[in-house]
Amino acid sequence: MYIIIVGGGKVGYYLARTLINEGHEVLVIEQDPRKCERIADELGTVVLRGDGCEASTLAEAGASRADMLIAVTGDDEDNLVACQVAKVRFKVPRTIARINNPKNERIFKRLGIDVTVSATNVILEHIEHEVPTHPLTRLLELRDLGLEIVEVRIPPTSPVVGKRLADVKLPSPSVLAAIISRGRGAVIPNADTVFQAHDEVLAVVSPDIEAEFRRVLTGS
Amino acid sequence: MGCGRVGAMLAWMLDREGHEVTIMDIDPNAFRFLPPDFKGIPIVGNGIDEDDLRRAGIETADAFVAATRGDNRNVMACQIAKHIYGVPKVVCRIFDPIREDLYRRLGLVTISPTVVSAKLLKEALEQ
Repeated sequence: MYIIIVGGGKVGYYLARTLINEGHEVLVIEQDPRKCERIADELGTVVLRGDGCEASTLAEAGASRADMLIAVTGDDEDNLVACQVAKVRFKVPRTIARINNPKNERIFKRLGIDVTVSATNVILEHIEHEVPTHPLTRLLELRDLGLEIVEVRIPPTSPVVGKRLADVKLPSPSVLAAIISRGRGAVIPNADTVFQAHDEVLAVVSPDIEAEFRRVLTGS
Repeated sequence: MGCGRVGAMLAWMLDREGHEVTIMDIDPNAFRFLPPDFKGIPIVGNGIDEDDLRRAGIETADAFVAATRGDNRNVMACQIAKHIYGVPKVVCRIFDPIREDLYRRLGLVTISPTVVSAKLLKEALEQ
């Protein structure tokens, strides 16, 4: 694939290095001459100095034959515009924007950016995963389908401990994909599977019933 | 959004005509451009932050103008105003003529000071 990366900071640099190693054709667009020099020294002639939001720079970069553009500068507005120019003017099939302010995730989606990556949200989700006061963790959003994969930890106080799956009324739509438990390892649950304290339940649910789903499994 | 020379003058003109004006800038010092008799509301805030925009009353605004120095900032703020909050009239200042052309085609009302000034200067030369 031909991938254009807008922004040659730390994220852009490591992204470029990894993608090159994976065999992709990569071009980094960066304004700062010192950053350009560093990338050229270490990765070779894969850097173009210029403003990645400008159509003329993207034309020079050959954006019309790019398979993907990834905008990873430190400014959300620049990432938005780079993706929009790539998409509208050069018909780049896939655009990915890094988001610094997590509130912008929804806005970017509404404005037509295919994929957004928010470092802040990723870190927050990791914290949620580690902190037991959050019994439900969102692992993956299947945005186009309106579903998400979540993990719920069953606390010892939960009303479902000791109950069979068939006897627990879960809200719809939800499907349990796996239960990881201390004693049994990972199991694909069936109607007779019994919940145990500290089980980690992996499930596909609709975001609308996420709170209710958590309430049923944890009792809070 | 944006209380530079242009934003401040526009705000003052609208204020004098009797409109209810709120002017926002990320830098509290920017409001020095406003004349002492300005009756509108200056708000310190970031025009591409939804919470700040709501604080400035974007949900009930009849019109929104972005006139900061940053083209991308203006473009993003105007798209939030138009597409997320449905503000009826949105005008965006974009210095870069190529970017202006693109966003005009995407449905924003745009003004490029670069194009406008060049035209005016050329006309003045030809007189």
